[in-house]
Amino acid sequence: MNHLGLVIRREYLTKVRNRAFIIMTILSPLILIALFAVVAYLSQLNNNKKRTISVLDETSMVREALQSTDNLTYVFLENMELEEAKTLVRTNENYGLLHIRAHDSIAQIAQGIKFYSEDSPSLTLITEIESKLERLLTDLRLQQEGVALNKLKSSRTRIDIGQESFAGEKTSKIDNVIKLAFGGFAGYLLFMFIIIYGNMIMRSVIEEKTSRIIEVIVSSVKPLQLLMGKIIGTSLAGITQFVVWVILGGVFMFIITAIFGIDMGGMQNQQQELVQQALEAPEAQMQVQTIISSIYNLPLTNLMLAFILFFIGGYLLYSSLYAAIGAAVDNETDTQQFLMPILIPLILAVYVGVFTVIEDPHGTISTVFSFIPFTSPVVMLMRIPFGVPVWQQILSLGLLFATFMFTVWFASKIYKVGILMYGKKASYKELFKWLKY
Amino acid sequence: MHDLLVTDSVSKNFGDFTALNKVSIRVPEGSIFGLLGPNGAGKTTLIRIINQITMPDEGSVTLDNEPLADHHIRDIGYLPEERGLYKSMKVGEQALYLAQLKGLSKSEARKRLKTWFERLEIGDWWNKKIMELSKGMAQKIQFVVTVLHEPKLLIFDEPFSGFDPINANLIKEEILKLREAGATVIFSTHRMESVEELCDDIALLNKANKILEGSLQDIKRRYKTNTYEVGLVTSDEQRLKSLLRERFDIFPAEFKSLNDDLKLNIKLDFNETSNDLLSFLTNHAEVNHFNELVPTANDIFIQTVKNN
Repeated sequence: MNHLGLVIRREYLTKVRNRAFIIMTILSPLILIALFAVVAYLSQLNNNKKRTISVLDETSMVREALQSTDNLTYVFLENMELEEAKTLVRTNENYGLLHIRAHDSIAQIAQGIKFYSEDSPSLTLITEIESKLERLLTDLRLQQEGVALNKLKSSRTRIDIGQESFAGEKTSKIDNVIKLAFGGFAGYLLFMFIIIYGNMIMRSVIEEKTSRIIEVIVSSVKPLQLLMGKIIGTSLAGITQFVVWVILGGVFMFIITAIFGIDMGGMQNQQQELVQQALEAPEAQMQVQTIISSIYNLPLTNLMLAFILFFIGGYLLYSSLYAAIGAAVDNETDTQQFLMPILIPLILAVYVGVFTVIEDPHGTISTVFSFIPFTSPVVMLMRIPFGVPVWQQILSLGLLFATFMFTVWFASKIYKVGILMYGKKASYKELFKWLKY
Repeated sequence: MHDLLVTDSVSKNFGDFTALNKVSIRVPEGSIFGLLGPNGAGKTTLIRIINQITMPDEGSVTLDNEPLADHHIRDIGYLPEERGLYKSMKVGEQALYLAQLKGLSKSEARKRLKTWFERLEIGDWWNKKIMELSKGMAQKIQFVVTVLHEPKLLIFDEPFSGFDPINANLIKEEILKLREAGATVIFSTHRMESVEELCDDIALLNKANKILEGSLQDIKRRYKTNTYEVGLVTSDEQRLKSLLRERFDIFPAEFKSLNDDLKLNIKLDFNETSNDLLSFLTNHAEVNHFNELVPTANDIFIQTVKNN
């Protein structure tokens, strides 16, 4: 008799109607958005703070390099001793005092620059001042050595090697970065999904044991169907939650921005300016075009299809491992010893993906790992943008789903024996023995 | 009579441990069959094999002359000793789910549930969650769920544990009604008084082996010792005792009576009958009490297990 549909329905409905689940579904995006809002608000406060820095410049050379801005004012002190200047800065409650000691050689000047302040100063500020002074002093030194600055600047040359395959397909470094980003994103998403919903599946498998309904259930449903139903039902609930998160996240973001007038983009304002400036430059426009065209050049249909299939396959495989753990134990406290080994192959997959696929997408290691079911969802997805023959993809998928079926079968076997072994704690040794019953 | 369930030399081992050793039982159709035995005798393993929760290593099980198969799930109703319900599910929803797993359609299940809930006066529980119910209340639901799909074979493992006497009685009546309606019941328990009351046939398991099987009546007949419990009035008790001793084995007896009688248990030779004893007694004394001592299921249980 086929009860799979019934089991899936029950699992899904009980999960989705569960009060804790509903609360988490609504609250999580709210908390996350609230957190972002607070961070955005605080950093805005920080950015708007006006700072004054006094400069005691004994060389009178740096004035033009240090221009005041909206939030940062430079005050230049004249004819003053260092100690005097320090007291003054303190009484005026300035942010700090920049002291540039006079010297004959520029190299010596460079070494004698100091910043005095009450607390240790902000890192970005110091870096900013450093780079300004560095540029100024370098230019001055070059001039002293008799180098014509305008000639130096005009003779600077940029190189960007054009790449083209024998078939005439144009590629670039940006191409590779995009391909890797795609694989990385897929791997990350899979990782998140497994961690969030794997435990849920495990708990759902233990549920029958803690509520002691297990014998009634297994006398009506085959354990294989029960576990399969639990995995699919819980996964559907997970997908529902995820979709709600994405939608609610968007809605909350919109509402908060509208009500509180906090500019969520505020943090990126400066970056946006930078990007805009960069976009106006002609070479940057070229780059944007390459990015767009390289996205178009990716085997998009293949990628989407592969992404969906490998994601589902990988997720199912790992959740069936969680189900197997649930099958082996009587209650949640006994699961610890089994949990750790599950994530190791996944982490390995990400490492293999990042370190070997970049170097050699079709090398032996990449190819082998893109067939091993526990690593293939990540590694194969990283390889596909670089072009993988269809037969390899199909073979890898076949292996993945076959392994999933096997683990569920394995889990149901453990489950069955586990019922008979009431109260006996499952250890790896015990599990191995059970397989022979 | 036709046997509904037959197990033939069923064996089951867990590693080195033998749970069942070539156990054969026959459960006649329409009977209440007591599956008895001390803890760890293998009763639950046998029941699980009948429910196809686990497979036997050797031997076969047939239901209605067919080897056990998947579709028999809907012919069996099983109330295990370790029982529970999904705690966070509502009563009605849960009962519907379990009934559908047994092959009932949703509408049919709903109709039958309404009838049962009314009969047991639990209709207003439909929307309650299991965790709001007491243990006894939950057990009633479990009972209803077990019998709802009207299976040919019902298996109850310690059905009365956890019930108060009133509800236990209610369930007992329901079990008898189900038998009237044609169901066959396997009944596994330690409580011998309910065996006396309910069972037509019994099988006794001990240490993985079946050591006794048959109709309860036959077994009792086999185990009876031809002993009678009598209460006598006589002027000379010593003389009467010595007279009796010449012909029978006599033992002092204890039972309640209104009179200050001489109370004795008298064991007859197997070729003598109650009439022989009675006519002997009436010649020598006034007989106030005369009762054949029939072994109780409890006696038989303890005696057989000890001798085994």
